[in-house]
Amino acid sequence: MSEQEKLVFDRADALVDVPTHYCPGCQHGVAQRLAGELLTEMGLTENTLLVTSIGCSVFLYNYLNVDSVEAPHGRAPAVATGVKRARSDKFVLSYQGDGDLASIGMAEIMHCANRGENVSIIFVNNTVYGMTGGQMAPTTLVGQKTTTSPAGRNASKEGLPIRMSEIIGQLGGTAYSARVAVNNVKNIRKAKKAMKKAFEVQQKELGFGFIEVLATCPTNWRMDALKANERIENELIPYFPLGVHKDVTAEVED
Amino acid sequence: MSRVKFLEERCKGCLLCTVACPKEIIRQSDRFNQHGYKVAEVPAEDMDKCTGCTSCALMCPDIAIRVYRTPKSKGAAKND
Repeated sequence: MSEQEKLVFDRADALVDVPTHYCPGCQHGVAQRLAGELLTEMGLTENTLLVTSIGCSVFLYNYLNVDSVEAPHGRAPAVATGVKRARSDKFVLSYQGDGDLASIGMAEIMHCANRGENVSIIFVNNTVYGMTGGQMAPTTLVGQKTTTSPAGRNASKEGLPIRMSEIIGQLGGTAYSARVAVNNVKNIRKAKKAMKKAFEVQQKELGFGFIEVLATCPTNWRMDALKANERIENELIPYFPLGVHKDVTAEVED
Repeated sequence: MSRVKFLEERCKGCLLCTVACPKEIIRQSDRFNQHGYKVAEVPAEDMDKCTGCTSCALMCPDIAIRVYRTPKSKGAAKND
């Protein structure tokens, strides 16, 4: 054979070569891999300060090869604000789940976005509190059974699920807000492009970058990985439509 | 010929790669890794169908798949 065989897919340098603690089929793995690949491709690994949160994403500092600060539950955007203001030369990235960001951390994320802090936040929405045992989150779909809503979420009692990226897109300081999914190859490629945009707005100092990733939680959804992945397409995407909700770079080009 | 290599100690047997593969050549093997997960595999006889498209690796949450691609020589490419 004359041609040389090429390695076309391997772990990016920003990702540490260790097994993750996530359950089989959990798409936290995909979300953090995309972040790691982008840090490598954009040459940001050496210059990044990561702010991690509480939830299944709590051990992210073990998986990304960057310096990090562990924030108290929900307070990652507040900690990221401090980190960015102290070291404005650094790229500041935060990674939170839906129980962390949309529930206990709602105040922090709102004001961080509204102030237009130059940070990028990855928000992984799997519609439950994953780490603590599958309790109902603000993003839990109506009718979804969780350990704290065994009869299914009741809209008249608990309200409707919160669509975070639309809300963040309404705020003045936001430069980029989008919702993506990682349920198939096409969506994964789109997710990576959107995540890159959210990183670029920080580099250009345009404001707050927010990306919501719809992900599975097979364990707490009581499904196998393939069924959980189908649920993203059939149940989550109809309620949480994919797309860009704010992009200041697009407005400039028009 | 392109090929994929499964890092069996990283595979958690979630089988998301089996639905991502456009050639549908990935399946569950009979082997368990040391964590007790039944790992995915491409049967040796099907490996020549692999195009090196990286779909399985993109889908894998655990970076358990490495993809190698051999560029086709111009003109000499047979039907794959």
